[in-house]
Amino acid sequence: MPRKSSLYRDTWRRFARDRLAIGGLIILLTLGLAAGSAPLLARFAPNQVDLRKLDAAPSRAHWFGTDDLGRDEFSRALYAGRVSLSIGVLSAAVAAVAGTTVGSSAGYYGGGVDSVLMRATDVVLSIPPLPLVIVLSAIAKPSPLILILIIAGIGWMGTARLVRSAFLTIREGEYVEAARAMGCSNLRIILRHALPNSLGPVIVAATLAVGNAIITESVLSFLGVGVQPPTASWGNMLQHAESTMATNPWLSIFPGLFILLSALSVNALGDGLRDALDVRMKE
Amino acid sequence: MTTYLLRRMLSTVPLVVGVSIIVFGILQAMPGGPLAVYLDNPYITGKDLALLRHQLGLDQPLYIQYIRWFESYMSGRWGVSYASGEPVGRLIAGRAPATVLLMGASFMVAAVFAITAGVYSAVRQYSLFDYSVTLFSFLGISVPVFWLGLMLQLLLAVNLGWLPVAGFGAADNSMDVLRHLIMPTIVLSLFIAGRWSRFTRAGVLEVLSQDYVRTARAKGLSERTVIFRHALRTSLTPVVTIMALDLAGLFSGAVVTETVFAWPGMGSLLIQSISNVDYPTLLAILMLSSFAVILSNLLVDVLYGILDPRIVYR
Repeated sequence: MPRKSSLYRDTWRRFARDRLAIGGLIILLTLGLAAGSAPLLARFAPNQVDLRKLDAAPSRAHWFGTDDLGRDEFSRALYAGRVSLSIGVLSAAVAAVAGTTVGSSAGYYGGGVDSVLMRATDVVLSIPPLPLVIVLSAIAKPSPLILILIIAGIGWMGTARLVRSAFLTIREGEYVEAARAMGCSNLRIILRHALPNSLGPVIVAATLAVGNAIITESVLSFLGVGVQPPTASWGNMLQHAESTMATNPWLSIFPGLFILLSALSVNALGDGLRDALDVRMKE
Repeated sequence: MTTYLLRRMLSTVPLVVGVSIIVFGILQAMPGGPLAVYLDNPYITGKDLALLRHQLGLDQPLYIQYIRWFESYMSGRWGVSYASGEPVGRLIAGRAPATVLLMGASFMVAAVFAITAGVYSAVRQYSLFDYSVTLFSFLGISVPVFWLGLMLQLLLAVNLGWLPVAGFGAADNSMDVLRHLIMPTIVLSLFIAGRWSRFTRAGVLEVLSQDYVRTARAKGLSERTVIFRHALRTSLTPVVTIMALDLAGLFSGAVVTETVFAWPGMGSLLIQSISNVDYPTLLAILMLSSFAVILSNLLVDVLYGILDPRIVYR
């Protein structure tokens, strides 16, 4: 019984059987949608101060309670989600592009280009990542854009190594030789022939990088060198909550749960994608 | 073996140079550069600054500055802390033991836990235990370290009152230090154990499908002997490597853990130096921790060859 089968269809079939990954995808989409439609869902403005309602415990009006300025924690968490999730996704995307560029150049050209690029990768890998981003964002006093670049700066090496090793095999392939014989330029071979064949690892690495980036952003903001108040991010909400943790525990519980939930679902998603895309695991 | 060692040691030279170039670049990029400390001083005029710049050689070409900076760094002159006026070396030496204690305790707890959990979940693949370990390792990878710390403080210290909230305790009272060490160790080891247990599980699973394991079983050896004598040895070698390579990650986790628990180590010193704008201390911590990583990678490579007889030195 012949069934229609293509690379993407096969991948999707394997992916759809992975309940953990599907769960992650659903949670992630829900969080993204909720954060994206924050102006519709939030009943208060994120920075709206209400002096009659300081430090209120969770109630029907304020689902997650209010903080010491009377700001509605639920509304803030929604708006913070926009900031935290988009910084996470964008810095993972930047890291994926940078890592792919480095890895494909190293793997395709080989020789001196390869050794220089890979030594550079090793150097960045030798510096403990968190202290490096902390120092960088402390001196840059970051806007969200700079924050994205800094977080991406410690996230590209894994992708670079993966893409490089994929390219080392691909460049020996006959179809690459054929393309070269037909007079394709190096850039065209890389973009049209080699890259599509190493997309699997890139997608997986980029997905897992989103989880790391979300956590890195939250740590930086928690330490006060990330997203600057009054703009809310899940990390700086926790920074604000730390001092009143004993009396207002709800302030420190909810933002952390959101970080955990989004990192957890991204990681489950990435794990499922790895199983689904991994060629070696094909039935 | 000797040539291999020598070659491997030589290969760390570009890494050391690379790291130092990055750190030097950060120094240059800092607002005010190396003379930042004098910029806010009302008694120092622009003329004094120019004189200083000339005396310190800051008007020289950048590469000469770099070489001189690198030289003095390598001979242990790391400058003086802007915040306390102490030599940076002494400042760090005072903080290092607490970090080593925390990282060492967490490393051991995480290793014991991850190897036990990983081996058993591989042996009983797809059992309830296996699923719990998988779920647990996902949680460990995904949980923000600092938030886990806050939640533990809330539960174990504030609500239950079992453990002190934060701090190091009285340094001369080891029981007191131990009580203060428990929560940071739980947090930091959870952070790393999730990763390690997954690697252990994968490693053991791979070995269990090898021919020599089937042979051992066919000989009629007990399952216990097969796993502990035949499978475990080979499957743990890559795990040990990954543990050592994760040192950079462990230090990153320690920075956050120390900050949350006010643990007086290098990590909390790093964060303090940031709020104090204490550049010499910041850069020294960055350099030293990178060197530690490079050194441990070197040791791992050598160790790996000793542990795994299949590796041939060239």
